[in-house]
Amino acid sequence: MSTALQTPEVAESPNYLNSEYGWRSWLFTKDHKRIAVLYIISITVMFFIGGIFASLIRVELLTPQGDLVNSDTYNKFFTMHGIVMVFFFLIPSIPATLGNFFLPIQIGAKDLAFPRINLLSWYIYIAGAIFALAAIVLGGVDTGWTFYTPFSSTYSNTFVITAAVGVFIAGFSSILTGLNFIVTVHKMRAPGMTWGRLPLFVWANYATSLIQVLGTPVVAITLALVGLERAFHIGIFDPAIGGDPILFQHMFWFYSHPAVYIMILPGMGVISEIVPCFSRKSIFGYPFIAGSSLGIAIIGFLVWGHHMFVTGMSMYASLYFSLLTMLVAVPSAVKVFNWTATMFRGSISYDTPMLYAFGFIGLFTIGGLTGLFLATLGVDVHVTDTYFVVAHFHYVMVGGMVLAYLGGMHFWWPKITGKLYPEGWARFAALLVFAGFNLTFFPQFITGYLGQPRRYHAYAPEFQVLNVMSTAGASVLGLGYVIPLIYMLWSLKYGKPAGNNPWKAKGLEWETSSPPPTFNFDTPPVVTEDAYAYASESSHEESHHG
Amino acid sequence: MARQVDYLYAYLGVVTIVMTALIFAAVFFFAVKYRRKHDDEIPKPIHGSLILEITWSIIPFIVMLSFFWWGAQIFFANASPPANAMDIYVVGKQWMWKIQYPEGQREINELHVPVNHPVKITLASEDVIHSFFIPAFRIKHDVVPGRYDTMWFTATKPGRYHIFCAEYCGTEHSGMVGWVTVMTESDYENWLAGGGTEGTMADQGGRLFEQLGCSTCHELDRQGRCPNLRGVYGSRIQFTDGSTRVADDAYIRESILNPNARVVQGYKADVMPTYQGQLSEEQLLQLVVYIKSLAITGAPGAPTAAAPAASTGTRQ
Repeated sequence: MSTALQTPEVAESPNYLNSEYGWRSWLFTKDHKRIAVLYIISITVMFFIGGIFASLIRVELLTPQGDLVNSDTYNKFFTMHGIVMVFFFLIPSIPATLGNFFLPIQIGAKDLAFPRINLLSWYIYIAGAIFALAAIVLGGVDTGWTFYTPFSSTYSNTFVITAAVGVFIAGFSSILTGLNFIVTVHKMRAPGMTWGRLPLFVWANYATSLIQVLGTPVVAITLALVGLERAFHIGIFDPAIGGDPILFQHMFWFYSHPAVYIMILPGMGVISEIVPCFSRKSIFGYPFIAGSSLGIAIIGFLVWGHHMFVTGMSMYASLYFSLLTMLVAVPSAVKVFNWTATMFRGSISYDTPMLYAFGFIGLFTIGGLTGLFLATLGVDVHVTDTYFVVAHFHYVMVGGMVLAYLGGMHFWWPKITGKLYPEGWARFAALLVFAGFNLTFFPQFITGYLGQPRRYHAYAPEFQVLNVMSTAGASVLGLGYVIPLIYMLWSLKYGKPAGNNPWKAKGLEWETSSPPPTFNFDTPPVVTEDAYAYASESSHEESHHG
Repeated sequence: MARQVDYLYAYLGVVTIVMTALIFAAVFFFAVKYRRKHDDEIPKPIHGSLILEITWSIIPFIVMLSFFWWGAQIFFANASPPANAMDIYVVGKQWMWKIQYPEGQREINELHVPVNHPVKITLASEDVIHSFFIPAFRIKHDVVPGRYDTMWFTATKPGRYHIFCAEYCGTEHSGMVGWVTVMTESDYENWLAGGGTEGTMADQGGRLFEQLGCSTCHELDRQGRCPNLRGVYGSRIQFTDGSTRVADDAYIRESILNPNARVVQGYKADVMPTYQGQLSEEQLLQLVVYIKSLAITGAPGAPTAAAPAASTGTRQ
């Protein structure tokens, strides 16, 4: 990869890519931008591994009989798809790549607060990934990504501990990144970069970091306990030896529900950057978007029980979790309304990042609203653990987060690499992703309501038509992922020079050169205006009425 | 109940479609109407509006409260079976459903119920967590090892409907499926009459009670080592630590598997051996039904007050 990044043009100004050469300069770098590139490469590899498992699942489900592979193999497919995508792609996706690269630049810092810890977090991630991949190579895991007990702790005969160790280790990578971001935002802001002027991408990553630091230790402990019960038969979760299987679910979801917000908040941050830029307009309701990120992070910790309405949990606990889940939907809705309002009387262009933002707003709206079905007690009883849930969280995680990630990658690619990608191909791929995604996952809302349970290797024949549609959609979606991979790599060598600010965007990252110099700015920046001051040449007073 | 779920689902669906359509329409309309005409145009900034922010926070929340309220009503109705519900016992085991009727019939992956009569299912798991799901009735409940859960429904139309296991439980999870057959009252009576050579479930439990030697202490003993079980089920029991509880299914189960967990006032601990690991969940249920039948002599399956305890989170 490093050779591909070494563009031979001699006329380039000194930047983080050409300051040093050779693999040592990458593997021992303390530059947050290079570490971000290492992360981009790593999570892209993991994304395509997870994607291969997804494809195998969809091919198996073309026919209802379960005739392609045996059920143990199928169970391993969906487990590995989930583990790889959740823990090794979605959770690190935006914070560790775009966050790592742009959070320091956006606040005018020359690096993160702890550059060595930043590099360490990448090595920890790699160590975790090696365990997860080892679990795959050794023979796989079949517990589902949720590791429910006592199946995972007592009954499964697969490489549960290996995979759990991988997730456990990767968690520390996430904690360290969060810690680094929190300290950086508090201590390293440039003169004039007040909290009220922070780009919303920074706010979103800050809120995400709070969850990472406070929540991740809990899942680490939980998986460690599963490992202890599995290895030494200490009765924690298995009732046959005195444990409580529901305790596991409380502990697991105490992290894993907030983790959903780890996955989506940074995506919301990306959209909050893209929409003003391609509307050329100040964001509508800045304090409400920033505040809603924090609101989501806090309330997100209090809703975990909505995964457990049919476990026989106390009815009154269920009431509480249902009500609070409704409440956490409010700040998400507020964001959608504010993005839409930002476009009002803007100057809107249809560049690829904006196409992804359009897609995000629409699909996240569907993902969010269908979440309310699941928060509604009487309906959840029917649709939980069916394909309805699968469709819902893919609308949030893929329709939301993956689109935001792709949008953000296109938005900042010229800054990261100094090169432009081919716009026509990029728009085409964005349309493919949108169409393929909907064809894959929309039918699953229907199969779910009709009663097809998730994680089924063979299914009732009446669901076949909808499943065939899903599989057809997944093929289109897969193509939509491969095309950007090709043209992005192509652009490294053949892309046109991007210039410092191809989108005429606001924000400190667009004031430095593309690619940025090693310490981000040739002269330390001083901030004199609010974020997204697209009309600032005419020196408006930047008061927030309202 | 299923119809209520469908109405609420339709209501949610309509709100979702309207909201999504509004957002899509706004995005589409703005994107077309305000598309960039010159590369250097700079629109006037609009920073926000407190009134709008309040409006689009409060109104959605009020709509969500209506979802919450309606959903909670259904959920609460789901949680308490009517007093005249008939009992059926279901054990989940990798990878099958074992079904027992108080009248003595036993089936695998087949559930027979009469139409228009409330049915209360008591759920137990032999191994991992399963989930008993009947999509046509819009209900499911997890089947958690180590305790009893209950669910109930009233089937309204004769026919055959899917049973699925909805909680991933290992290799043949997707094969852990079966059928509910809803029959007319008279067909159901005929069906009941057709099987059951081993006597009622209480009879089966009674035989176990003899074989395991339970009766030596709990029925015949007059030396005061352990409580006589006649009349115990459904009554309030006082324990040596001063606490009390109503003797329900969960309590009977616990007392068999972990006799020292709660010792009845006036008796000593460590008298009864544990039966943990020696009885299948089906046998445990037979014992529970037998002990229940001792409550009111000669009237097994008589309604008792303590029924919903298992679904309100009571567990050992």
